[in-house]
Amino acid sequence: MGRVVVEVMPKPEILDPQGKAVVGALPRLGFTQFTGARQGKRFELEVDGEVTPEVLQAAREAAETLLSNPIIEDVVRVADASEESAGVSA
Amino acid sequence: MSAATLASARIGVITFPGTLDDRDAARAVRLAGGEPVSLFHADGDLQGVDAVVLPGGFSYGDYLRAGAISRFAPAMDAVVDAAKGGMPVLGICNGFQILTEAHLLPGSMVKNDHLHFVCREQVLAVENADTAWTNQYAAGQHITIPLKNQDGQFVADERTLDELEGEGRVAFRYVGVNPNGSRRDIAGITNAAGNVVGLMPHPEHAVESGFGPEAADGSRTGVDGLGFFTSVLASLIRA
Repeated sequence: MGRVVVEVMPKPEILDPQGKAVVGALPRLGFTQFTGARQGKRFELEVDGEVTPEVLQAAREAAETLLSNPIIEDVVRVADASEESAGVSA
Repeated sequence: MSAATLASARIGVITFPGTLDDRDAARAVRLAGGEPVSLFHADGDLQGVDAVVLPGGFSYGDYLRAGAISRFAPAMDAVVDAAKGGMPVLGICNGFQILTEAHLLPGSMVKNDHLHFVCREQVLAVENADTAWTNQYAAGQHITIPLKNQDGQFVADERTLDELEGEGRVAFRYVGVNPNGSRRDIAGITNAAGNVVGLMPHPEHAVESGFGPEAADGSRTGVDGLGFFTSVLASLIRA
């Protein structure tokens, strides 16, 4: 089974109320080094078989038409999930 | 429409999964003198209605974005075609969000700037009294109708906002309070032809004395929303 990752972020010029709430809460928890926060969305699309260039192209089209609204959001990444770094550095 | 009588005007009200205000919208059509016709999102046949209302609620749970999934409902394909042909279409709250996602109206709605759900009796200025849904008001008139939303902040880029202002396409502006941080206090807009109108506040909740907002002449006597529905009937008779 293959998996495609799509990441969508609010456009820079759009006020992101959720990110604003997060950046307001961080210093209350002692995280004073962060001056900004933006909250976006990550989609994981699953397919039977491999992630082919055709699958990636379909994912790009889905990202532009359904998964994001181009008025307020940018699609920042469409990628084969198996190409993400396997380990998370501690 | 051919027959020039109010009672023969058939106004469709589309129900999506998660729609809440379809019954109120149908009731508003009836109180104005029209015949409400219930339409279903999965049905691409608009049953020959003369106009369509997209009511408020949380279609498809608003899970992806408000109005995003409804845009692809079979009924919306028919609405987009009919709207481009001049049929009057009114989007209220979630219906407004659906109209922007369907690209019948520009801009988009994002979460309220204060992050809270808001519910209040809202004063609006009618900026454009020449649309299919506002012709029974006077330009500049203030009306009070309920507002209730969480994703009600109208946003668009500066060029689009300037275009809307320059072409007189700001249909309604918030007066006194901007309840959600909408750009330039915009509460509702229209397309260039004036047949498609969308707004966040709810005219269908202010159409019958005893149920509407507070008014100067008594408690809950406000019926300022009725003008939307008498306007569309008047525009259909003129057509």
